[in-house]
Amino acid sequence: MRALTGLIGAIVEAWSEVRVHRTRVLLSLIGVAVAVAAITGVVAVGGVLEQSQIENQERYGGRPALLSTNIVDSSGMRTPDTGTMDAALTRLADRYDIRYHSRVLQDQLSLVTPQGVVQSNVLAVDPDYATMHRLRTMSGRMPGAADESHLAPSVVIDSSTWKLLGSPPVTGHPTVTLQGEQPVTAVVVGVQRSDCDQCYSITMLYDQFRRLNAPTESQGVVPSWEAWVPPAQAQALSTRFTADLTAEFGSGWSIQVNRNDYAAGFDGDPLLPLKIGVGGIAGLVLLLGALGLLNISLVTVRYRIREIGIRRSFGATAGRVFFSVMMESVVATLVAGVVGVALAIIALKNPITDGIVGQAVQDVPPFPVSAAILGLVVSTAVGALAGLLPALVAVRVKPIDAIRY
Amino acid sequence: MPLLALEGVTRTVELPDAEPLRILRGVDLEVEVGDHVSIVGRSGSGKSTLLNILGLLDEPTSGRLVFDGVPLERMRSHERDRRRGRDVGFIFQQFNLLAGRSIHDNVMTPLLYATGRDFWRRSAVAADMLARVGLGDRLDALPSQLSGGEQQRVAIARALVRGPRLILADEPTGALDVDTGASVMALLDQVAEASGAALITITHDVNVASLARRHYRLDAGVLTPTTVSPTAGLSTVAGGSL
Repeated sequence: MRALTGLIGAIVEAWSEVRVHRTRVLLSLIGVAVAVAAITGVVAVGGVLEQSQIENQERYGGRPALLSTNIVDSSGMRTPDTGTMDAALTRLADRYDIRYHSRVLQDQLSLVTPQGVVQSNVLAVDPDYATMHRLRTMSGRMPGAADESHLAPSVVIDSSTWKLLGSPPVTGHPTVTLQGEQPVTAVVVGVQRSDCDQCYSITMLYDQFRRLNAPTESQGVVPSWEAWVPPAQAQALSTRFTADLTAEFGSGWSIQVNRNDYAAGFDGDPLLPLKIGVGGIAGLVLLLGALGLLNISLVTVRYRIREIGIRRSFGATAGRVFFSVMMESVVATLVAGVVGVALAIIALKNPITDGIVGQAVQDVPPFPVSAAILGLVVSTAVGALAGLLPALVAVRVKPIDAIRY
Repeated sequence: MPLLALEGVTRTVELPDAEPLRILRGVDLEVEVGDHVSIVGRSGSGKSTLLNILGLLDEPTSGRLVFDGVPLERMRSHERDRRRGRDVGFIFQQFNLLAGRSIHDNVMTPLLYATGRDFWRRSAVAADMLARVGLGDRLDALPSQLSGGEQQRVAIARALVRGPRLILADEPTGALDVDTGASVMALLDQVAEASGAALITITHDVNVASLARRHYRLDAGVLTPTTVSPTAGLSTVAGGSL
């Protein structure tokens, strides 16, 4: 019973303190709330940066783990018959239940534009490639499986080529002439952001490019085959691919299976430096908030010493005074933490922010719940710490001296 | 068995680079339940130190204090705190009300350290106590909205709200004018007597001291029994004037 009344009494006391000293409490709460909002916000922004970096790297090297397979002869210039190779790779994908895979061919092609003929890089891939490499369009879409059957090839051009075409709206189905052995009119289904002003590139479906009868093999351009596999199985599958394809094609062919995604070659977390940086900034923000709170708490206790002495004269034990001062600090910082998390949610999850983040990354990172919880826990711990020193001061002061203070 | 007994109590304070300051020297005192004792003395004579020792706020350097049959040295710190809260009521010269809180909250404060019925019914108990000192209609008033006399009445209500067995009043009229002081003392005397608590008044005002049944004089840390004769405009105690 004594423990219960003691606990309730301490809470009543703490609440009374918070109520009476609301201006001071509010000031200290603002500091903590801002710190918690900042730590949550910084972690969230860090998450977006991290996701943006990941997506950029995945556009070039593919999503982890991406196995790239080449089958070439001893000269490195020739590949097996296209039909045989395609059939072998399809069997391989079926055997290991690989959901996303694509043939990849990088070549060059002349484009006929209103500004003249320009030499363009060509990326010929299967529809899965867009998912495996997070390819995005500024407008329109990437070529899909439905485009395979179209007589006119579907292409995605870069923004530089698009400008040469007069920047027509993609919804109007603009066309561009691909100059293979015979000129072919292709339909532009999407526009990608260009890497530079004077370089031109198109992306199109592998089979449609093949049908252009482009002179690839004669120029030593060899296709590769990319498979998106679980990172944990990458090493084993790489070995299996090599063994299976060697068995299929014989020893006269060189089978090369490489992993090219950004996570290849890292034992640990490749984004660890970024995470450490973000964590460091978040920690610093919280430290500053904690120091502010501690400062206010210490000043407050000095101000409250006489009151503590009066309470001691009424029978408040040292433990009770300690607990009350701690409780006041912890309750205040916990409330501040909740307010801070609410502020962070309002700042991070609104249509404006979503729009900005959506432009930077495809997969918008979820609200960092772990950071919010961390912020709450740390703010409460900071409250306890910030309350500890004043509580110790409050307990050490002699009632007689305190009353006369 | 006396409620409170002091036997040869001394209190010495160590001073840096100086001789220790002997504030109390061999104080003997016994206070019974329902007793009313006054202690008069000049400023610096050790009155407040003695009050703190009587109220279990301070410890003697030597000698013995027995409270309700229990020697002080046998009480642990938290036991001393609890006993102080339960059995001792303080009334200070400067009232020492908690600023920013209503007088009702102020009187309820000691009950926050109580247990059982007193704790759970603290609001009603405090309101009743304020009514007894004539402030039942001003429960929500802040101390700053009250006169000095009213504030001291609140302090009296707060000191008595837990039904202490010993009331320690340190210059209870020191901050009040003569008429207000007289009415406050009359009230204090009345409620103390009604509750059966022992009242120890420490003062340098012989008019206040004269209300007690037994009188002591504290001079240079030595406590001696004395008599008090209140005279208009002049405060005297047997053996010297204050």
